Amino acid sequence: MIEVSDLHKAFGTVKAVDGVSFTARDGEITGLLGPNGAGKTTTLRMLYTLMTPDSGQVLVDGIDAAVDPLGVRRQLGVLPDARGLYKRLTARENIDYFARLHGLPEALLKSRRDALIEALEMGDIADRRTEGFSQGQRVKTAIARALVHDPRNVILDEPTNGLDVMATRALRQFMARLKGEGRCVLFSSHIMQEVAALCDRIVVIAHGRVVADESPDALRAQTGENNLEDAFVKIIGSDEGLAA
Amino acid sequence: MNTVPTKLQRSRAFLTVFLKEVKENLRDRRTLISAFLTGPLLGPVIFVMLINVTLNRELDKAEKQLPVPVIGAEYAPNLLDALRAGGVVPGAAVADPAQAVRKQDADVVLRIASNYGKAWRKGEPVQVELFYDSSQRDANTSVERVTRLVESYARQQGAMRLVARGMSPSAAWPLQVAKRDQATPQSRAVLMFAMLPYFFVITIFMGGMYLAIDLTAGERERQSLEPLFANPVPRWKILCGKLAAIGVFSTTSLLISLLAFAVVGQFIPAEKIGMELDLGVRFAAYVLLLMLPLVLLLSALQSMVAAFAKSYREAQTYLSLLMLVPLIPSALLSFMPIKAQAWMYAIPLLGQNLGIMQLLRGDGVSAEQIGLCLAGSLAAALIAILATIQLYRSERLAISA
Repeated sequence: MIEVSDLHKAFGTVKAVDGVSFTARDGEITGLLGPNGAGKTTTLRMLYTLMTPDSGQVLVDGIDAAVDPLGVRRQLGVLPDARGLYKRLTARENIDYFARLHGLPEALLKSRRDALIEALEMGDIADRRTEGFSQGQRVKTAIARALVHDPRNVILDEPTNGLDVMATRALRQFMARLKGEGRCVLFSSHIMQEVAALCDRIVVIAHGRVVADESPDALRAQTGENNLEDAFVKIIGSDEGLAA
Repeated sequence: MNTVPTKLQRSRAFLTVFLKEVKENLRDRRTLISAFLTGPLLGPVIFVMLINVTLNRELDKAEKQLPVPVIGAEYAPNLLDALRAGGVVPGAAVADPAQAVRKQDADVVLRIASNYGKAWRKGEPVQVELFYDSSQRDANTSVERVTRLVESYARQQGAMRLVARGMSPSAAWPLQVAKRDQATPQSRAVLMFAMLPYFFVITIFMGGMYLAIDLTAGERERQSLEPLFANPVPRWKILCGKLAAIGVFSTTSLLISLLAFAVVGQFIPAEKIGMELDLGVRFAAYVLLLMLPLVLLLSALQSMVAAFAKSYREAQTYLSLLMLVPLIPSALLSFMPIKAQAWMYAIPLLGQNLGIMQLLRGDGVSAEQIGLCLAGSLAAALIAILATIQLYRSERLAISA
């Protein structure tokens, strides 16, 4: 479970995140929806302790990120916005590297890694160097290395960015599977259909603030719009930066 | 779900980073060539070529026939005989001696005045002129040789005139200078090898450079630094693993270079000009010892500079500038010879420079000097590492673009 309360983060005079609070529960998929530049990535970066908030609190499974950042990172599997691989290593070696950084014993490492390679259907590319991988193959490898330590909480920053239809479908199924395993899945997106199709809960962010935090149905009811797209536009106040 | 790794397993992080960086870079051909081939071997090869060219030219000059255009040769046949005996080949007169020297048609031109014969017979002093250009360093040996021949002929003739007048020649030279050169064959070599320490520093630098760029600026540019920092490993441990990888590459580079110098040292004809050069195992071991703290210092400095840079290319530019810094003590020592004080050994780069020169001289380095050198450079390395760790803490470091 990830609990965020009243996060603030400013870069110079720009308030990137200006009082964000929400809770992402286990066994649910929580979507962070907002136009480009709304503060989604900055919020997530504070969750996985890459950045320190100016004020506010992040709790992951009850661990305070300000007190024990390493403990928080141990509970998280993260697919950041930046998902560069080591191109001179094979996909398998990329995954192993992160597994060892998590301190996984070799035997466990092997079984976890092989299970992920199978679940993500990447057996054919596992022993190839990642140089020249397609976008989809890169994302699969990045997800595998992010989840190799079997984290209870999974954070994905715009996971479907740059993927084709088939890869996107596969990824959505995989996220549903993570939810089915009882994990807390938190992902950001600026694509409404995706969030609507997947999420148990939608947190809408605009201009660094949470403007809605509801289930998709409640969101529709709250705005009085049948169509989610219209509901979003109404909440955010403009349709700038959103993609259908 | 949620395996809780034990403390023991987590301490593998340093080793994990180190091994991964080494493995990854061993697969990069450019890094390999730079660290294990061009970096460590270019120095020795250039060095041997330069030394050989210089030595052979010096040797040639001393033995070879020296053609010298002579103006007015007909006035002084005896002087010319003396010059011929000294290996000078008098050549045809040139119209404009100043021009000939300036255009490097001749190293030196001798002009004998037309009244030479008359004055000589009267026993009056007479002038012979030597035209040369002292800014042509190449010609200096020739000039010296002709000067010496003319002067010794003059002295010899003077002595004979004194004898003819019934006086002892020694009356004309009440003082005699006896030169006692204290240079040992090894210390003479030092003059030529003043740039050797710089070659070693450059080798370390080149050996680690591509890694330093790749592991910081490169990793950020490829957007892999952010996911790396999302792992539950303190950043300083990641940095230390990276520094160790850089250090291993530059140390290997240095070892290859030392080996190469030991091999090519055999082919330098140093003994021909009375020099002695010992680039053997003992020399290599001392150099390695003196250089080890510098390996740490340079890896940290390179990483720091690469962390400042926004891109791979920018890091490359900065690092090539940084490469000029170690040139300073070498240049300083070869252009203005200073007497080494104890404290100088504690200064990184300068200390290594002085120490290596001592070794080349054959004086050896004292334990105190080694101690100062290691302590000074290690302290500097520690500061550089701490500063880089501090830099690694910054939020902006991980974020690309």
